[in-house]
Amino acid sequence: MTMRLPKAFTNVSLVVGALISLTILLLAIFAPYVATHGIEQMDMRNRFDGPTMEHILGTDNFGRDLWSRLVFGARISLTIAVIAVTVSAAIGTVVGLVAGYFGGWVDQVLMRITDIFLGFPAIVLALAIVAVLGPGIMNVALAIIVVAWTEYARVVRSTTLVLREQNYVQAAKALGASPVRIIFKEILPNALGPIIVLASLGLGTAIISESALSFLGFGLPPPAPTWGWTLAYGTRFMRDAPWLSIVSGATIMVTVLGFNLLGDGLRDVLDPRQLSRGGGKSAKAK
Amino acid sequence: MSEMNTATHVPVLEVSDLDIEIRGVNGAFAVVSDMNFSVRAGETLCIVGESGCGKSMTALSLLRLLPEAATIAGGKVVIEGQDFLAMDQRQVEDFRGEKIAMIFQEPLTALNPVLRIGEQIAESVRQHRKCSRREADARAVDVLRLVQMPDPERRASQFPHELSGGMRQRAMIALALACDPKIIIADEPTTALDVTIQAQILGLISDLQKRLGTAQILITHDLGVVSEVADRVIVMYAGRKVEEASIYDLFDRPFHPYTIGLMGAVPGAGASSEAGDRLADIPGTVPPLWNLPKGCAFAPRCANASARCLEERPPFEEKRPGHWAACWEHDDAA
Repeated sequence: MTMRLPKAFTNVSLVVGALISLTILLLAIFAPYVATHGIEQMDMRNRFDGPTMEHILGTDNFGRDLWSRLVFGARISLTIAVIAVTVSAAIGTVVGLVAGYFGGWVDQVLMRITDIFLGFPAIVLALAIVAVLGPGIMNVALAIIVVAWTEYARVVRSTTLVLREQNYVQAAKALGASPVRIIFKEILPNALGPIIVLASLGLGTAIISESALSFLGFGLPPPAPTWGWTLAYGTRFMRDAPWLSIVSGATIMVTVLGFNLLGDGLRDVLDPRQLSRGGGKSAKAK
Repeated sequence: MSEMNTATHVPVLEVSDLDIEIRGVNGAFAVVSDMNFSVRAGETLCIVGESGCGKSMTALSLLRLLPEAATIAGGKVVIEGQDFLAMDQRQVEDFRGEKIAMIFQEPLTALNPVLRIGEQIAESVRQHRKCSRREADARAVDVLRLVQMPDPERRASQFPHELSGGMRQRAMIALALACDPKIIIADEPTTALDVTIQAQILGLISDLQKRLGTAQILITHDLGVVSEVADRVIVMYAGRKVEEASIYDLFDRPFHPYTIGLMGAVPGAGASSEAGDRLADIPGTVPPLWNLPKGCAFAPRCANASARCLEERPPFEEKRPGHWAACWEHDDAA
């Protein structure tokens, strides 16, 4: 997927989204260096401190440094989000390609299964999974994957329905390509655009889901510095230390916004090219 | 030159009694009926006819690539002595590309836009031959050189949109030739190109074909193309063969009124070659395939049609040695 860079740089959502996402990513990677305190380091003399020189975003009820907890929390959120998105994109893409390419009863069966997973209220299903399997990064990721893959399946299926009618797919068949080769060599590379867009939007959704689970107490258990739980217990001290909830909530919001802007920007940059690619259904002249 | 060639070879492709049907809302109707032909190594057979006459359907059926609504209702396609229509999916995939390959009409859409030219060719080679990636890549550059692609090494690493129309069609031909197929089907290979490039590509195709001894079936509506490359010609009308002859017989003494009409409609050929003359046309339109007349399908448009033509379908018979046609008229009348 070669993108023309100059055009990409003029897309405001893409640039802003990429900057935000990149910042969060770098903070997460370099958390030990940018954190000013240990995440469990208590400072009982400075409980419920507002932003000060020592604690730039203030402290919580144990005097733990909020800034440090947030940058380490970014690691948890991003790890879970990346795992969830990678796995659900992989599952959904394969399901979508197979359903779209073969059509008929294969399509019917796979899409009805997809509908079943879509039919569950996402958060309830996720709660049930974590409640049964117990908290942990993998289990929280799994809870998100169970619902998230359906979107990739549906989008990739509809893209595949268009792509499988393309002349080059017919040409590949005429040269003896097997269905597996056609799906992965001819169709998948052409379907990557929408998958990439969905994946970056999906990172945002996954972070929201993870935060929601943590908020409800089904994420990683304390003292893990999850954003959701920080937001949740911060509400108890809303009157004395409002920054706890406000700052952690804002962090979630800005991060999700960043990934959404990135996704929107990518869509703008990738889509027009797809239309002008000689794609569309070229009626085969006889 | 090819006549000498062909005489010594048994047919590589034999089509007998092929019927193709399309299932429509009002039931099935035939789009191709009673197709019989064979092609020998080194021979070029042209199938001519106007849009909708079934020539593309015939071509696609030879690869078993008919659209979903269409099915082969009967007949046989025998490739190198093996019944192609009786094969299972795996065998069909082995035959496609290796024995029989196709050159498509629009090279831009028939090449995958996101894969490099060399990669697409190597992919097909690796599908049929057990060979390393590097050998396949080398083969890709070789076939690109074979089709006289300028600077083949560099072109192999480019994407289709980086090539000109003529180069894309060369790449398309290289793709078809990658596994040395015995039969090449070319469906309007030059329609999407401008005239000077058309001549180059036609020259290339016939040159390669004589050199490699490939049998070729060329589907076209362009009699100019036919006159340049064909050894033998089949004229189709409304899903049936109406005439079959060697290129010389057909152009010198066309038999069927439809063929005569087609030739009259070509600028600079047939009846209207005088400057300033209006081009001749064939009155009327092709009847819909789901509602063909009882007799000869061409009879309603034919100036010489008799009562018999409207009632009975004429048999496809040898009117002169090596020259077949489906018409009630006799030799002297044509």
